[in-house]
Amino acid sequence: MKHLLSMSDLDRAAIEELLDLADHFAEVLDRDIPKVPAMRGATVATLFFETSTRTRLSFEKAAKALSADLLNFTPSTSSLSKGESLKDTVLTVQAMGVDLMVVRHGAVGAPARVASWVDCSVVNAGDGAHQHPTQALLDALTIRRRFGKLDGLRIAIVGDIRNSRVARSNIDAFTTLGASVTLVAPPTLLPFHVDSYPVATTADLDSILGDLDVVYMLRVQLERGSGPVLPSLPEYVSRFGLDRRRFLQLGKEAVVMHPGPMNRGIEIAPDVADDPRSLITDQVSNGVATRMAVLFRLLKGKGQL
Amino acid sequence: MIQTTPVQVMDGADVRRAIRRIAHEICERHHGAEHLVLVGIHTRGVPIAEEIARAISEFEDTHVPVGELDVGFYRDDLDHRPTTRLGRTLLPVDVTEETVILVDDVLYTGRTIRAALDAISDLGRPATVELAVLIDRGHRQLPIRADFVGKNLPTSIEERVTVRVENVDKEQGVWIERPRS
Repeated sequence: MKHLLSMSDLDRAAIEELLDLADHFAEVLDRDIPKVPAMRGATVATLFFETSTRTRLSFEKAAKALSADLLNFTPSTSSLSKGESLKDTVLTVQAMGVDLMVVRHGAVGAPARVASWVDCSVVNAGDGAHQHPTQALLDALTIRRRFGKLDGLRIAIVGDIRNSRVARSNIDAFTTLGASVTLVAPPTLLPFHVDSYPVATTADLDSILGDLDVVYMLRVQLERGSGPVLPSLPEYVSRFGLDRRRFLQLGKEAVVMHPGPMNRGIEIAPDVADDPRSLITDQVSNGVATRMAVLFRLLKGKGQL
Repeated sequence: MIQTTPVQVMDGADVRRAIRRIAHEICERHHGAEHLVLVGIHTRGVPIAEEIARAISEFEDTHVPVGELDVGFYRDDLDHRPTTRLGRTLLPVDVTEETVILVDDVLYTGRTIRAALDAISDLGRPATVELAVLIDRGHRQLPIRADFVGKNLPTSIEERVTVRVENVDKEQGVWIERPRS
């Protein structure tokens, strides 16, 4: 495996190997000195052509905890603003001597294009509404650490599925690991060709709450076009928002997840987000261990098996 | 390379005796077993460390804590070898100011021990670190030696030494394989 561009690059065994590795790195991150020399001498570049808080910090923390060197690219202060193309930009970064690029871009397929231009490894950190594989891996890790396994779990993904790369990646990861997934959204926010997905769909969140192990809330992405297809935000909140009343209808073991950033009071009520059965902060801390696993797997241990 | 049939150089009882002798030597050198922590290196160092601790508890009235160490993330050959299955790293006590005795099955180039020394110093600051191995087969590439040795086994680089222990392999003993010339 040279690149990680989509969850569909990974079969069940490959996902489980990465999650096992992430468990080892989670132990490393718990130490007094949360750092190992495994990637000493390697250089990782983060190229985020779209904004990010947690994903970028998480990759940077992961690279540093592995003792890799880090190059950090920010479009607004770069020569992109002078009109340099994406291709020239990544070739310039490569010429500095980079072993792995972490790429986020608003355009679907941009990380795959970058991978075709450069010799180094490329990790997709989110491309448009397409894929965000490390988010799916960290979510799978978070669920596995809570429930032991994903087999047989009932997971609902609620909200703007159509515009969500998180949903696309998570559907792949959760179903590959044996969970059954229900997409909950108004018909206008379901993906085209949803019939071809290995999932159930409903527009009635209340009817399934009692059967769920995990309720995974998605952000209403006003910047990516959730807005125009929603007739009214208050109506959306009343039908699809996870408020206290709905939270109380969940089973006692059920947990709440959200990839962040949250719109508190829209898709999730503030007190639900902060409840002990919300795994939202676990998702963030597991993100670092997961990204360490991905970086390590792509760059190290490449001898003959 | 064609291998001949492995020749057994220690049987299960030989291994048990060697481990018991190492346990005695450890207590002799340290005038007992106070402030000792045995740290087994994955995979087969761990059951050997547990055996040493069990032997010590029989003749000293004390329980020596046993830790586990996986040095996978500290190796200097990560570019050349596949990532093998990783074991857990777990120290039951703080090793700072204690005497840590690293335990492994075979001492060869010394590179695993070099990695273990780095790993241990990230986990605490022991007063002393010593090394116990079941087999010393020579061919060191680093200035590292063992303090306690079960058996010195002169080998050539082409030979392969295999240690099997009861808890991991369901049989116990040491074998050596020579390439057919």
